[in-house]
Amino acid sequence: MFEIVLICLIAVALAIPLGSYMTGVFSGQKHITDGFFSPIESVLYRLMRVNPNESMTWRTYGMAFLMSNLILGVVAFLLLKFQQVLPFNPDHIGPLSWDVAFHTAISFITNTNQQHYAGQAQLSYLSQGFLIVTLQFVSPAMGLAICVAVLRGMIGGKNNKTAKEGEERDLGNYYVDVVRGVVRVFLPLSLIVALLLAWQGVPSTFFGAQHVQTLDTQSSMSSQTIPVGPVSAMVAIKQLGTNGGGWYGSNSADPLENPTPLSDVIETIAIVLIPIAVVFMAGGLIRRKKFAWMSFAAMAILSVSFTAATIYSENQANAAFVGASAMGPNMEGKEVRFGSELSALWGALTTQTSNGSVNASMDSFNPLGGLMARSGMLVNAIWGGVGCGFVNFIVYVWLAVFLSGLMIGRTPEIFGRKIETKEVTLLSSLIVLPALCILGFTAIAVSFPSITGNSNPGFHGISQVFYEYASAFANNGSGMAGLKNDTTWWNLSATFMILLGRYLPLVIPLMIAGLMAKKRVTPASSGGLTLETPTFCVTLIAVILVLNVLSFLPAAVIGPIGEALQLSAVHVGN
Amino acid sequence: MNAQVTDDLHEGAIQWHQGGLSKQIALAVRMSLVMLVLCGIIYTGSVTMVAQTLFPFQSTGSVINHNGKPVGSKLIGQLFQSADYFHGRPSAVGYDPKSTGGSNLAPSNPKLRAEVEQRSLAIQTSDHVTASQIPVDLLAASGSGVDPDISPAAALLQVDRVAAQRHLSVNTVKKLVDQHIEHPQWAIFGQARVNVLMLNLALDTLSDTNNTQSK
Repeated sequence: MFEIVLICLIAVALAIPLGSYMTGVFSGQKHITDGFFSPIESVLYRLMRVNPNESMTWRTYGMAFLMSNLILGVVAFLLLKFQQVLPFNPDHIGPLSWDVAFHTAISFITNTNQQHYAGQAQLSYLSQGFLIVTLQFVSPAMGLAICVAVLRGMIGGKNNKTAKEGEERDLGNYYVDVVRGVVRVFLPLSLIVALLLAWQGVPSTFFGAQHVQTLDTQSSMSSQTIPVGPVSAMVAIKQLGTNGGGWYGSNSADPLENPTPLSDVIETIAIVLIPIAVVFMAGGLIRRKKFAWMSFAAMAILSVSFTAATIYSENQANAAFVGASAMGPNMEGKEVRFGSELSALWGALTTQTSNGSVNASMDSFNPLGGLMARSGMLVNAIWGGVGCGFVNFIVYVWLAVFLSGLMIGRTPEIFGRKIETKEVTLLSSLIVLPALCILGFTAIAVSFPSITGNSNPGFHGISQVFYEYASAFANNGSGMAGLKNDTTWWNLSATFMILLGRYLPLVIPLMIAGLMAKKRVTPASSGGLTLETPTFCVTLIAVILVLNVLSFLPAAVIGPIGEALQLSAVHVGN
Repeated sequence: MNAQVTDDLHEGAIQWHQGGLSKQIALAVRMSLVMLVLCGIIYTGSVTMVAQTLFPFQSTGSVINHNGKPVGSKLIGQLFQSADYFHGRPSAVGYDPKSTGGSNLAPSNPKLRAEVEQRSLAIQTSDHVTASQIPVDLLAASGSGVDPDISPAAALLQVDRVAAQRHLSVNTVKKLVDQHIEHPQWAIFGQARVNVLMLNLALDTLSDTNNTQSK
C-alpha cells in the first residue's frame, strides 16, 4: 500500500511544476530554455512555411486541426499498407490487410492506440519506430492544442482587451501550439524516460531479433526468438502521451517492455504526469489558480475512489482458484514482479487517463476491477487523455454550471459569460453521443455472436464487447484481449467509434468556446455562482456520476455486476 | 442542432475556402513530413544510439551466455518441464516471446477453473504437497506468458523435488534459492521474486562442479 501512495505523491509533485512550465509554453512567456528551443522551432516553422504570428479564430483553428488529421491519416495508411516494400524491415514482416491498416492508421492519429494486430509480429521497424512513434508525439500534441484553444476562448481569446463584443476572437495559432507542445513538452520528457527505461532493460537497437537455445533440452521447447528493436524510444512516448500502443502484443506486461518494478513505477508515473499537469496548466492559462485546485480536487476524489476500489478488487482471490491453491490475490494475467497492487494501480490509471496501455490482462481482473476500468473510460475526464481529458472535464463543468444556474434561479454564466440555448444544444449532443454509440454498437454486435469472437461466455462475454466499444469511443485503446478483434467487422465498427469519439468531443467544445468568447462579460455579482468552492466541486462530481450512471448502469448490470453476483452465488452453493 | 449553429458551420466553410484549400492541404502535408523526420528519425535514432552506447547489455535484450552459448534472456521466462529443474508459471502462449499474452480467461469462466484444478493436481502429485500449500502464482498464467519470475514460496515448494532429482542435499538447494531471491526494489517497489532461468543456470553450474569433483 505504501508503494501506491508514494507513486501517487511523486506523480503530483512532478505534475505541479510541469503544469506551470506548460502554462509558460502555451502563453509564450520567456523562459531560460528559449535559447535552446526557439532556434529549433524557427527551423520547423520555416520548413513548414508557417507564419507563427498569424492568429486563428475557432473556425480556422478547428479546420486546421481537422485538415492536419486527414492528411496525417492518409500518410499513415500508405506507410502501413506498403511496409513490406519499405526499408527497416530486418525480420521481413509482410503486408497488413487494408482494414487492419485503416483501423491502425485512424487508431494512432486519434491518440487511441487500439491495436488489432500483434505489434512485434505484424509491424516493421519502420512502421513502429518511425511512423507509430511520430503519431504518438503528434496526436497528444494536437489534443493539447485544442485544449489550449478552448481555455483561451473561455477568457475571451488573446485579443480580449482590444476586441469588441461579438467580434471573432484569436484562439492562437494551431501549428505553433502543436510544434511547441512537441518540442518543449513531449520530446524532452520522452528523452529522459526512454533512457531510464533502457537502463532498466527495455531494448533499444536497430538490429534484428536474437535467437537462443533454451536450457531445458528435455522440454517441448528447444529455442526462443527474442524480438528486440528501438523499443525504449517508443515506450516512453507511449506512456507520456496517453497513447498506450505498445511494441509487444502483451504491452507493458511483457518483461521486455517493462522489465522491473522500477520501470513499472516510471511508466505508471508517466501515464498520469502530463494529464495531471494539464490541470495546473489550465489554471495558469485562464489565470484562475483556484479553479485549477477545484478541478484537481474533483478529479483526485474520483481517481482515488476508483483506484482504491480496483486495488481492493485485485487483492481478493480469483474465484476460479478458491480451494485449488493457497489463499492469495488474483494473479491470473498478472506478473510476479508487479504483484496485484501495482497491476491494479496501472489498470485504474490507464483507463482514467485514456492511456490504454496495460501491465496485466484486463480480461482476468475480478468483476469489480473490470467495472472500475470501464467506468474510468466512460467518464473519460478523470485526468483523461492529454488535452482531450481536460476538454471533456470542461464540458462537465459547463453542464454543472448550467444545472446549478437553474437550481439557484440565475442565468448560468461562467467567468462572466452566459451559457445560452445554442451552447446548451451543443452540450446536450455531447451527452447523448457516447450512450448512443457505445450501447448501440454493443447491442448490434451481441445480437450476432458469430461476429464478436469472445473468449469468455455469459456476462463476461457482453463485457468484452462493451469494453471494446467503450475503449474505442473513449480513445483509450486498452482491451479485454481475449476478443478476436482482428476481423473486418471489428476493424470497421471500431474505427467508426474512434472517429466519433475523437473529433466531435474536441471540435464541439472548441466551437462552444469560440462562441462564448465573443459574448459580453457581465461583472461578477455577489449572488452569482462561484466555481471555486467545495459546494460546486461536489455538485460537479455528482453531475459526472449521475450522467454516467443514468446512461450505463443497465449495461453494467448485464456485465460485471451480473458476473459478480453469479460468482457469489457459486460460493454460497458450495 | 439548430439553424443558427448550421449557419455558423456553413460560414466557416466559406471562409475556409477563401483561405485556399490547396494551401491548407500543402501545409498539412509539410507538417506531417517535418514531424516524421523530427520524431520518427531524429528522436528515435538519437535515443536508440545513446541507449545502445550507455547500456550495451540491456539494449539488445539482456541475453545471457552460458558456456559460451546464448541460452536465453534474463528478462524472458523459459519452459521448464524436467523434474530436475525449477518450473516457472503456467503460460498461455507456450513461453513464445514472439506472441506474448495472457489466458484472457475471466474468473467466471469454467475453463479457467478446470485448468487451475488440473495444474493444482499435477503439482500435488509431483511435489507431494496439498492444494492449500501451492502459491497462487504457480497456478495462474502470467499476463505476458513469459514471466521470468516466481514467488519465493513457489521456488521453496520445489526444493525437495529438485534436490532429490539432482542428488543434492535439500540445504544446498535451499541456500541457492535464498541467494536468488530478489527483494522489492529499494525495499519498496514490487514483489519479492526468484528468476527461474538464473536459478536453474546456477543449479546446472553447481551440478557440473559436483560432477567434476566426484570424478
